[in-house]
Amino acid sequence: MEKKKNRVRNYNNTGYVFVLPFCIVFLIFSVYPVLRTLYLSFTNAKIAGIGKVSIVWLDNYIRVVTDKFFWRALGNTVQIWGLNIILQLGLAFLLMIIFSDVKYKMYGLAVFRVVYYLPNLIAATSVAFLFKTLLDWRYGTVNQMINQLYRFFGQSYNPIDWLGSASYAGSTVSIIQTWMWFGNSFIMLMAGVQGISKDYFEAAAIDGANRWTIFGKITLPLLKPIMLYVAITSLIGGLQMFDLPYLMAEKTSAAYTSVQTSVMYLYKFGFEAGTTQTGFASSIAYVLFLIILSISLVQLKVFNRKED
Amino acid sequence: MNGVGYRIKKRILYFLLILLGAACFFPFLLMIVNATRSGVEISRSFTLIPSIHLKENWNTVFDYFNPFIGMRNSVIVAVPATLLTAYFSALTAYGLAMYKFRGNKFIFITILVFMMIPGQLGLIGFYNLCTKLHLVNSYIPLIVPAMAAPGTVFFLRQYVLSVLPPSLIEAARIDGAGELYSFHKIVIPIMSPGLATMGIMAFIGNWNNYLLPMIILNKNNKFTLPVMMATLRASTDIQANQGAIYLAVAISVIPILLVFAFFSKYIISSISAGAVKE
Repeated sequence: MEKKKNRVRNYNNTGYVFVLPFCIVFLIFSVYPVLRTLYLSFTNAKIAGIGKVSIVWLDNYIRVVTDKFFWRALGNTVQIWGLNIILQLGLAFLLMIIFSDVKYKMYGLAVFRVVYYLPNLIAATSVAFLFKTLLDWRYGTVNQMINQLYRFFGQSYNPIDWLGSASYAGSTVSIIQTWMWFGNSFIMLMAGVQGISKDYFEAAAIDGANRWTIFGKITLPLLKPIMLYVAITSLIGGLQMFDLPYLMAEKTSAAYTSVQTSVMYLYKFGFEAGTTQTGFASSIAYVLFLIILSISLVQLKVFNRKED
Repeated sequence: MNGVGYRIKKRILYFLLILLGAACFFPFLLMIVNATRSGVEISRSFTLIPSIHLKENWNTVFDYFNPFIGMRNSVIVAVPATLLTAYFSALTAYGLAMYKFRGNKFIFITILVFMMIPGQLGLIGFYNLCTKLHLVNSYIPLIVPAMAAPGTVFFLRQYVLSVLPPSLIEAARIDGAGELYSFHKIVIPIMSPGLATMGIMAFIGNWNNYLLPMIILNKNNKFTLPVMMATLRASTDIQANQGAIYLAVAISVIPILLVFAFFSKYIISSISAGAVKE
């Protein structure tokens, strides 16, 4: 008996061998950088590793919280993300309703899924330049198309500067972001629908429930965890938006201050030559993290309350 | 019960779904057509008929940069990073799932916490670390950290718990197989569908990654494809070079489209898995 017990314990300890490489790399390249950023956020480091660094405690944080450009950037992010998330989840939700409808029984889910997901595969850099060129206000193909449509109806079209004017640039980025991500949300929602046992639907059909009752009383409540997952992941992803607005907005254009996102602001002070202030940038990172964390917690709460 | 109205409504729905699909394809179609037209042609009018300026555009692109060097660099980064993610995530996931050692739970919770932390939080510290270790302009900070991918470990841990019967490993132990030996000969083959799924997603993520390589790399000949593409930002003469920009984008898009053509099933299933396993 005693001997056998020992052997079991020995096997369990070989688990350390399996997780050791992960733990080492994780500590060095994930945990340490996060803690290092925390430390730097309390210092006046200009360019990390160069020059004398002293602790300034909360000075950087006070500066972030009172910096109107930071709030402007955060506001831009929320605006771009807000419109994007409404369109993206709205569209995904609508598609989910269509494909899960018990009356219409639409075919071709496998094909449509693949097609709708396609834009999500392409690197944001490629998407950025594709649309930046298509949307160029003087020479771009989009304005050419609209112009030809107007001419067809005998009207004249005054070209819109999609990316250069402050009133359009944010929404343009939102829509491109939606184009990139709605397929992803749709697939996740559909996976949730397909995970619901067919028995529920059949039982409801036997009881004579109509399709909207089935949707409201079965599909929707059972989808709640997945909707929460989609909402939180898109929040974390959305508030980190960087590639698209960074590459699409010209620094010199009038629209730049209305599409500068918070991570672009962080990048400006973290890495851009001439404006680097590592300590300040680190505290921006932490303030953003705290904001994302608190919104995620609120989302969790709201969803859980509804369940009661 | 299902009358004419039903059929018409169904047709309208299909029409709208196809229209949405077309909206997903159309920008790529414009890209391909415009890649064959000259900048002047593009800025004059819109058409879907290809023109004859592909060769000129090709030459203009190669005056800027050689996209194939970017592609080669992306392969040098993305392939090893993906293999490391797949192998070490499987190793860690199996270790966490099958052995009850002290600290197991702690590691698992840490992994969960780091899955929720936005990537930009550690960015400055990461760069700071790379400067100290003299790893700026090296591929090491883009490849080695792939060994520790919390999200992949999390999903593979769930996966291994659902597909691997523990009795199989016990049988191997009785036959005298070593633990690592059973992992390589029994566990990896059983996990391979899940591994393929996570691996493809890891590859696409690595291939498309922009922010981190942009921060780490600053020599032109080391640029990965997305970083190289981003240098187009500096090209101001859009009118003359439009065709070339479309061609450059097209060249950058093709490899990932090929991957998708072959592996779309795995990709879709991995997103679904991400949602359902939560």
